[in-house]
Amino acid sequence: MNNSLEYQQKTLLQSLRWQDWLYALIVFAGSIFAYVKYSQYMDIYEVSFLFGAAALASYLGWKWKGLGKLVLAVGIISVFSISLYDGEQAKATQVFLLKFLISSQSAIMWMHVLFVLAMVTYWFAMYKRSDFAGKVASALTWSAVLFGFVGLMVRWYESYLIAPDVGHIPISNLYEVFILFCLITALLYLHYEQKLNTKQLGGFVLLVINAAVGFILWYTFDRQAHNIQPLVPALQSYWMKIHVPANFVGYGAFSLAAMVAAAYLLADKGILASRLPSLDVLDDLMYKSIAVGFAFFTIATILGAMWAAEAWGGYWSWDPKETWALIVWLNYAAWLHLRMVKGLRGPLLAWWSLIGLLITTFAFLGVNMFLSGLHSYGTL
Amino acid sequence: MRFAVSLLSVLGVASIIGTVLKQNEPYENYIIKFGQFWFGLFEKLGLYDVYHSGWFLLILLFLVISTSLCIYRNTPSMLKEWRTFKEHATEKSLNAFSHQETYSTNASTDELKQKLTQFLTAKGFKFKFRTQEDGSELIAAKAGTHQRWGYIFTHVAMVVILFGGLLDGNLPFKIQEMLGYKRIETLDIPESQVPPESRLSIFNPSFRANMTLPEGVSDNVAFVRVRDGYLVQELPFRVALKDFRIEHYATGQPKSFESDLVIIDPDLKEPITKTISVNHPLTYKGIAIYQSDFQDGGTTLNFKVWNLFAPNAETQLLTGAIFQNGVLGEGDEALKVEFNDFRKFNIINMSPDGKGKPQNVGPNITYKLRDNRGQAIEYVNYMQPMQIDGKHYFLSGMRETVQDEFRYLRIPVDNDFGMEGFMNFRATMLNAAKYPEIAQRIARNSIDVKKDPAVKKQFEESVVQLLTVFAKSGYTGVAQVIEKSVPEKEREAVARTYIKMVSVAAFEAYNMSLEANNKPLLPSNGDTESLLRDSLNAFSDIFFFGTPYYLQLEQFEHKEASGLQLTKSPGQKWVYLGSVLLVLGIFSMMYIRERRIWLSLRPGKQQVHFAMASNRKNLDFEKEFNLYREQLRSLIG
Ligand code: HEM
Repeated sequence: MNNSLEYQQKTLLQSLRWQDWLYALIVFAGSIFAYVKYSQYMDIYEVSFLFGAAALASYLGWKWKGLGKLVLAVGIISVFSISLYDGEQAKATQVFLLKFLISSQSAIMWMHVLFVLAMVTYWFAMYKRSDFAGKVASALTWSAVLFGFVGLMVRWYESYLIAPDVGHIPISNLYEVFILFCLITALLYLHYEQKLNTKQLGGFVLLVINAAVGFILWYTFDRQAHNIQPLVPALQSYWMKIHVPANFVGYGAFSLAAMVAAAYLLADKGILASRLPSLDVLDDLMYKSIAVGFAFFTIATILGAMWAAEAWGGYWSWDPKETWALIVWLNYAAWLHLRMVKGLRGPLLAWWSLIGLLITTFAFLGVNMFLSGLHSYGTL
Repeated sequence: MRFAVSLLSVLGVASIIGTVLKQNEPYENYIIKFGQFWFGLFEKLGLYDVYHSGWFLLILLFLVISTSLCIYRNTPSMLKEWRTFKEHATEKSLNAFSHQETYSTNASTDELKQKLTQFLTAKGFKFKFRTQEDGSELIAAKAGTHQRWGYIFTHVAMVVILFGGLLDGNLPFKIQEMLGYKRIETLDIPESQVPPESRLSIFNPSFRANMTLPEGVSDNVAFVRVRDGYLVQELPFRVALKDFRIEHYATGQPKSFESDLVIIDPDLKEPITKTISVNHPLTYKGIAIYQSDFQDGGTTLNFKVWNLFAPNAETQLLTGAIFQNGVLGEGDEALKVEFNDFRKFNIINMSPDGKGKPQNVGPNITYKLRDNRGQAIEYVNYMQPMQIDGKHYFLSGMRETVQDEFRYLRIPVDNDFGMEGFMNFRATMLNAAKYPEIAQRIARNSIDVKKDPAVKKQFEESVVQLLTVFAKSGYTGVAQVIEKSVPEKEREAVARTYIKMVSVAAFEAYNMSLEANNKPLLPSNGDTESLLRDSLNAFSDIFFFGTPYYLQLEQFEHKEASGLQLTKSPGQKWVYLGSVLLVLGIFSMMYIRERRIWLSLRPGKQQVHFAMASNRKNLDFEKEFNLYREQLRSLIG
C-alpha cells in the first residue's frame, strides 16, 4: 500500500540531492575565502551580511536551480578576473581577456549588448512563435545577468585598487544602482518565466531594462559616470548594503508588474492576444510582482528610516527621496486595497500599475534630477 | 475604506507639494520667488513647512482614527475566521461551492477517515470532525488561517507608527503657541537675551535642534529652527568640542567628519569623552548627538594688502579672524572688512568640458568690503594659483549682490609662482614718471623711428599719452579716446596700432620692473607674449574690481566649528515596533494562503464529497485544487 504516500510532498530539505549540498558547500567555502581575505575591511555587521548572503544564496539556489548555477558562474568568473588583475588597475586595459571580456567596464558593456540582443530575440520569437528563438532569448538574458553581476563584483574589487579607503560596494551612485536595477528586474522576470513558462513576456520586460541600459550608456559616455568615486561620509555605512538592494527588488518588481500590465492591456484589446499568456495568468503575475515589490519596498523604507536615524539624526526628515518613497508606497497600498478589499480586477488595475511605474520612476530618477535633499548622491 | 483611500490620496498630494516646493528656506527667498501676494497666501496655507502644518497633522489624525475604526470593526470577524473550522457547513452550502468533487467509494468509514486525515495532515491542514444531522461525517479542515493576523498586524502597525510620529512631532509646541504661551524668536540676538517664551526647557519630551560649537568651546543650549525664526532648547548637560577633523581622500573629496566631544554633567563622576562621526552618533540621557555639518570657527588670517591703484608695489599687513571685522584705508574712504568664511579645501572641476576629475584647489577666503554708506562688495580669493588652460593665475572673484555670479580677476603668476611680478609691472604702468623711459626704450628698438629726431620725439610723446590714458582706465579708456577722436572708418586700424603699442610698452615696462628687482629679463617669445596679454587683461580688469584693495592671504591658523544635531525622540521605539509589526503583517497577509477543505463522508451512499475554498481565489488555488482532486481520486477510488 505504497500509493498512500504518493501525495506526500517532500520538504525542501528532503528534496535536496548531493549536488545541492555540494553547491551550498562551495558557496560557504567561497564566503569563508572572502572572509579570510578581506575581513580587515568589514565590520561585524558586514561579516554577518557576508554569511547571510551565503545562506540566502544557498536557499535560493536550492529553490531555483538556475539561480544556483548563476551564483557559481559569477563567483568563478569574478575570481578569475580578479586573479588577472593581480593587484594592478592598469591590467584592465593590458590583459587581453580583461580588456575585451571581463574587466568591470567590459563586462558591463557586454551586459548592455546582451540585453539588447535578448530583447530583439524575444520579440522575434513572439512574432515567429518560435520556441527555439525563445530559448535563445532566455539564454541571452541569463548571460546578460551573468556579465552584469561579474561587472559589479569586479568593480567592487577595482574600487579597492584605486585606494583601500576608496573601496566600497558598487551600489552607491546612480550609475551603479541602474545596473543593479537591470539585473534584479531581469532575474525577477526569469524566475516567473521559468515558473509560468511565459517567454512571450520577455520582450515587454526587456523594454524597461533596455530603457535603463540606454540611460546607463548616455550616463557613461556623456557624463563619465562610470568612473569610480569615493564615498561621501554619509554613505559609509553597513546599512547601505541592505537598504539599497531591498529598494531595488522593490523597483524591479514594480517595473515588472508595469510591463505585465502593458501586455495585459494589449491582450485585453485583442492585440497580440493569441501570442500572449491568458489574461488570468497576466493578472496573477501582475499581482504577485506587486506583492513582492510592496513587501521589499516596505522593508527598504524601514531600513532607510533606521539608517536615517543613525546618520541624519531622525528616522524621518521629509527629505524628497523619503517623501517620494512614501508616495510610491501609498500608491501600491491603495492598489492592493482595491484588489483585496473591493475585489477589483481588470484593465483599471493594469492601467494603475502602469502609471505606478511613472511614479516609481520619478521617485527613483526624477527626485535626483529635479529636487534636492539629503540624498545628495546621484545627481545628474 | 473609501474614506481611507481618499485620505491616502490627499496625503500623497500634500507630500508631493512638500517636495516640489523647497521647504524651510529663508522667507526672503520665497518673497523673491512668488511676490508678496502669493508669499502671504502660501504662508497662511503653511506651504513652507507642509509636514508640520495644522492641516497635514489633521489628515494624519483622521487616518489614525479611520484605521483604528477599521481595526475595531474587522478584528472580531478576523479572529473568528482565524479560530473556526467552519464545521457547521451544511451539505447544501457545500453543494454551492465552485470547487468541489464527489467520489464513489467501497471503503468503510473508518478506513476513509484514517486515509483522509493522513492526507490532510500531510498537506499541513488542521481538522475537526462533526456528525451531520443526516448522519454523514464531516471533516472540516483549515490551513493558513494565520493570514488573518496579517490584517491585524498591518493595520495596528500603521496606528502605532503614526502614534510614534505624533509623539516626535512638534504638536506640544504648536498647542502652546496657539494658546499664546510660546512664540518663536525671529531676531538675531545673543542667546542669553532670548525671552522665556521662546525657550524650551530640559523637560521638553521631543525635539530636533542644532548647535554650532567652535573648537575649544562648550555650551548647554541648542537651537530649533521654526519657520522664519527659532527657539532655544536648553540641555540638561554641557557639550564641549575638543577637536574637529575632516579627513580627505587623495582626490580631495571629504572622507570623514569627526568631532571629539566631552559631555559635562554634574550627575557624572567624570566627563564622558567620545568621538562622533557621520553614521556614529552618541546618545546620553536620551538625547542623541549627531555630526551634521561644519563651519568655520574663527580661523585667524594674515594678509598682505596690495593697493591696486598705487604707483608702487608697497604692501600693508592685515590680520583678522572669521566672523570679525577689520578696517582698510582712512577717513571717508575707509572700508570695513568683514571676514565671512574660510575654506581649507575646495574641490572644483577645472577641466574645460567639465568631464575631468574634480581637484582640490586649496584654501579660499570670502570677505566683504563695506563703505561708510553701507554698500558692500563681496570677494572670494584663492590662496594658491589655479591652473586654467595650462597657465596659472591667482583668482579673486567679486560680486555686488548675492544673486550675481562671481566675476573673476585673473592675475598671472610670475616665474616664482608669485604675484609680485604682476604687481611690480602694474606699479610701473601706473607710475607716470616712468613713461618717458618706456617710450625711449621703444623708440630705440624701432628702426623707423630712431633715425629722425623729430619723428622720434613725436612718437615718444604719443606713447606717453597712450600710457597715461591706459593707466587711468585700461582698454576701456583707450577705446573711448578712439571713439571720440578717430573717424569711424579708421577706428579698427588705429585700435590695432594702439593695442600693439600698449603691448610693446608692457614688454618694456615689465622688463624695467624686473631690472629694478634684479631679476632676469623676459625673452621675446610666445610665453612672454601670453604673459603680457594676461597681465594687460588683469591690469584692465582692476578698474572693474570695485575697490582698490587686493587681499592676498599669506597665512592662516585654521579653527573649525562642528555642526551638531541633537534629537530626543521618544516616538522612535514606537515607530520601530510598528515597523516590525508592519513587515510581519504584510508577509503573513501575502504569503500565508488561507484554504479550507470539507470532506463529507456519506456512509449510506458510499460517497465522499470534497469541497475546497479560499478567501483569495487565484491561480495557485486553482492548481492546488486540481492537484488535490486527483490525489484524492486515487486515494479514495
Ligand atoms: C493607514 C492607512 C492604511 C494602510 C497603510 C493600509 C495598508 C494595508 C496593507 C499594506 C494591506 C495588505 C495588502 C496586502 O496584503 O498586500 C491592507 C489590506 C487591507 N486593508 Fe488596509 N491600510 C490602511 C487603512 C485601511 C483602512 C482604514 C481599512 C478599513 C476599511 C483597511 C482595510 C483593509 C482590509 C480589509 C485589507 C485586506 C485584509 C485581507 O483581505 O486579508 N485598511 N491594508
